[in-house]
Amino acid sequence: MSKIALIIRREYTTRVMKKSFLLLTFLTPLLFAGMIVVPLWLSNIKDNVVKHIVVVDRTHLYNSVLKNNETYNFDFVDKPFEKVKTENLKKDEKDFTALLLISDDLSRNPKAATLYSDKQVNLELKTYIAGLLNKYVEQQKLSAYNIPHLKEMVDNSRTDIDIETIKWSDNGQDKEGSSELALAIGMISAFVIYMFIIIYGAQVMSGVVQEKTNRIVEVMISSVKPFQLMMGKIIGIALVGLTQFALWVILTFVIAFVAGKIIGSGVDISTLQQVNQLGMQTAVPTSGGNQLQQIFNLLHGFNFMEIISLFVVYFLGGYLLYASLFAAVGSAVDSETDTQQFSLPLTLPIIFAIYAAIYSAQNPDGPLAFWCSMIPFTSPIVMMVRLPFDVPIWQILLSLIILMLSFIATTWMAGKIYRTGILMYGKKASWKELLKWLRY
Amino acid sequence: MHFLEIENVVKQFAGHRALDGVSLNVPENSVYGLLGPNGAGKTTLIRIINYITAPDSGQVRLNGKRLMAEDVRHIGYLPEERGLYKKMKVGEQALYLAQLKGLSKQDARKALKFWFEKFEIQSWWNKKVEELSKGMAQKVQFITTVLHEPKLLIFDEPFSGFDPVNTDLLKSEILGLRDKGATIIFSTHNMETVEDLCENISLIHQAKVVLQGKVTEIRASFATHQYRICSSDPINTESFELIRLVQKNGIYEYNLRKSDSEQNNDFLKKLMLQTEIISFSEVLPSMNDIFIKTVKP
Repeated sequence: MSKIALIIRREYTTRVMKKSFLLLTFLTPLLFAGMIVVPLWLSNIKDNVVKHIVVVDRTHLYNSVLKNNETYNFDFVDKPFEKVKTENLKKDEKDFTALLLISDDLSRNPKAATLYSDKQVNLELKTYIAGLLNKYVEQQKLSAYNIPHLKEMVDNSRTDIDIETIKWSDNGQDKEGSSELALAIGMISAFVIYMFIIIYGAQVMSGVVQEKTNRIVEVMISSVKPFQLMMGKIIGIALVGLTQFALWVILTFVIAFVAGKIIGSGVDISTLQQVNQLGMQTAVPTSGGNQLQQIFNLLHGFNFMEIISLFVVYFLGGYLLYASLFAAVGSAVDSETDTQQFSLPLTLPIIFAIYAAIYSAQNPDGPLAFWCSMIPFTSPIVMMVRLPFDVPIWQILLSLIILMLSFIATTWMAGKIYRTGILMYGKKASWKELLKWLRY
Repeated sequence: MHFLEIENVVKQFAGHRALDGVSLNVPENSVYGLLGPNGAGKTTLIRIINYITAPDSGQVRLNGKRLMAEDVRHIGYLPEERGLYKKMKVGEQALYLAQLKGLSKQDARKALKFWFEKFEIQSWWNKKVEELSKGMAQKVQFITTVLHEPKLLIFDEPFSGFDPVNTDLLKSEILGLRDKGATIIFSTHNMETVEDLCENISLIHQAKVVLQGKVTEIRASFATHQYRICSSDPINTESFELIRLVQKNGIYEYNLRKSDSEQNNDFLKKLMLQTEIISFSEVLPSMNDIFIKTVKP
């Protein structure tokens, strides 16, 4: 086995066998899945307690309007509002969740309904009551016009407009596209690359610092060239990153599938819809199955093979670009605490890139998006956001070539700094010094 | 036959010159001492021999041929600042380092078994390096240095962190390796071990070789013509230069200096005429004295 292969194997196996790696790798998908499943599950169980709402209706118009359902029970009382309030204050055990006061005819005075409660009234209750009252008042008003069949006419005229986005593919075929979904896919992959570069770049750096402070480099470089040692570490850690990514993808799918099977019986799509509709009061009559089907159709509109393979290419390119620089920084310092002042100039462009990606997502073909997807220090992250919006092939190729040339350049530079740095002790290097090492 | 020849090596760093025309020849099958105060340029020279850094000018020849990158597999280097991966197991780590030196896994395992048994440390194989004491780690490092049977061994302060028992063990191992054919370069500040082990030395001071040669010859050349004489009765020292007199247990111990021209035998005869001489020996300066005398301005 060649020396560099030995180094790669050591870097890879020691990291992959670490408890922290295993823990992080297997817990993160659980966390992701949990983030999706738990809210659904919670929304499913929370409605089992029946809540009482006391209604003081001075107009006596709405008795039949506020109907009980499995969550809310409405009790109409014929007492003055003040009396109910003071009675309630005296009791420790409250016998109602909220008090609804209707002081006037709502068709004349829409602000005449008020909801009182000790606690913040939840949105769902408010929306529910408002919905019922709205509908009733609307009907009252319509019938007041005395026009036959007016209600049907109004219902008929009500249309829900949902703009479908169709994208022409290269051969002129229609593809159903969703810019929201494209945005989501782009942002997720940009964030993953951002995270991986930061996390694994830092691992390269701390690995180098450890080898230096341990003085193991002294022993190592009598057998291998510093460049082999550096590249072995960088490649080994890249493989750790790819392994983790692959495991995450697989595990997330498995967990989502299993969780779907288990909870699927309990949570039907209508719950999902209810959750969605809380905010928008309009009821869109779409059946659940159709919606899922729609999402699948939309997903088919993306070229996933292209996005995933470019993701891997951009991840490797961006990682190699930064990892070698992180290695150079690690070699220049004497302890982990000293790394901060040097790593800041490296992390800044990465952080800038994620902001550029967020703004580029709003205008994926704009000048910011274009230039940031060409500059090698931002392109791996910004290009990910643009990819689902179909970037011209020449732009992808150009940005990849620039990225490749740059990482060759930074690796060469970093190798020179590293070679000198790992054998320098006791001296805190300055940036000027680092440039001088380039010429050794 | 010189196994390692270093000819007029110059190495310039940004601020200073680390080596300024250093030449030395290490005879095959011998222990060669590389001495010098801190910062003299020893480590730079060792790194040049190890092909870690390249000299600006000058030549290094190994076995008559110019030193090449592949030659490092015939060199074993135990650096002064040495470490191991703390989280790795001892055996795993030793195997890894041996494989990096070009040994196959099987050969490395076999050789390691031999050395671990020799040092009676088989039980350490599955221990993590961080569980070892400093001396224990040094033992492992010694093994990984010599495991691939290098023809040239370079030890930089090999005894630091060792107790006297282990120091003795290591000394005899080093001499054993020399007897088996290895050439050894030995860098240390402990001058006693230099006297014990080294046949030749070079003393480097401020980037230059200031003293070079066989240990015995160097010591003789620094001789101050002092003699230690023990006698049962006092001696009349008027005709000699008396340096020191110690009297204990009825024995008189004199340190005397004779004049340069006087022969040893004549000097001894004069003394023998006076009294019974128990012992007579020349007082040679220790390497420690020579080191300090040469290096101190």
